[in-house]
Amino acid sequence: MIQSQLRANEAELIRSVCAGEREAFYELLRPYERMIYATAISVVKNPADAEEVAQEAVLKAFSHLCSFRAEAKFSTWLVQITYNEAKRRLKKARPHLYESIDEQQQNEDGDFWPRDFADWRPIPSELLEQNEIRQAVQKAINSLSATHREVLVLRDVQHLSIKETSTILGISEPNVKTRLHRARLLLRDRLAPGIDGSWIEGQPYRKARAW
Amino acid sequence: MVKKEGEMATIEISCVEVWREISNYLNEEISPEMRDRMEAHFKACAHCSAVLDGTRNVVELVGDGRVFQVPDGFSKRLYKKLQKLA
Repeated sequence: MIQSQLRANEAELIRSVCAGEREAFYELLRPYERMIYATAISVVKNPADAEEVAQEAVLKAFSHLCSFRAEAKFSTWLVQITYNEAKRRLKKARPHLYESIDEQQQNEDGDFWPRDFADWRPIPSELLEQNEIRQAVQKAINSLSATHREVLVLRDVQHLSIKETSTILGISEPNVKTRLHRARLLLRDRLAPGIDGSWIEGQPYRKARAW
Repeated sequence: MVKKEGEMATIEISCVEVWREISNYLNEEISPEMRDRMEAHFKACAHCSAVLDGTRNVVELVGDGRVFQVPDGFSKRLYKKLQKLA
């Protein structure tokens, strides 16, 4: 469905919900369930908490739906609510940890030196059918710092624009670009050697190097 | 340097400069000049080609919907919660 049609369709559903048709909310929400869950888990990191955050966020979205202004995309609005809810929960559960993460001054200006030059050949997408590969990717994403992980999830997992990501996270657009760049290279360093063979059962790690 | 007609003078760049721009290169957010310089570099540098291929694979892997699948029963539990709202 093209963007303008999608938005018109969503606007129609929103009017129905505000007119008292609760069923329309389910229809409105359905395409974004994964998006909400992925946003939540990118902040709180564990599936049980992510599900509770997703539920809270959806309840909030439902009760504030009639004040939703159509200048924003509905999906961005939902992600924003979920992100705020997840942050709130994290702060409540682990205030000290939350502060220390936020206060961490990360040097984003320095150059990134790739650690591993494994020659990672194009991987067939069937690889993701394997649970162990999906888990390895999730684990690698979880190992990133919050600042890098959140940008990566919004940009590369949810495919939000630079502008949308900058609005949701409250950081500048150049900052979104820098963090995304760093996150991708860090992830490559962490994933390349494994994808090269060590995660695939019965296949020894091929030390394929580019030289 | 005397250029033949239609030939581009490509200024060489270092590996560090290439790494700095790899993400923008994948997003097609760089100037055509920079793109040409990077492509000339990738042809000659196996290290940077490996970094480029790996980074591209990372973007493809994490962008695949299967990495973040909602848990079983997620929708059902979500709608149950919603129904409880008066």
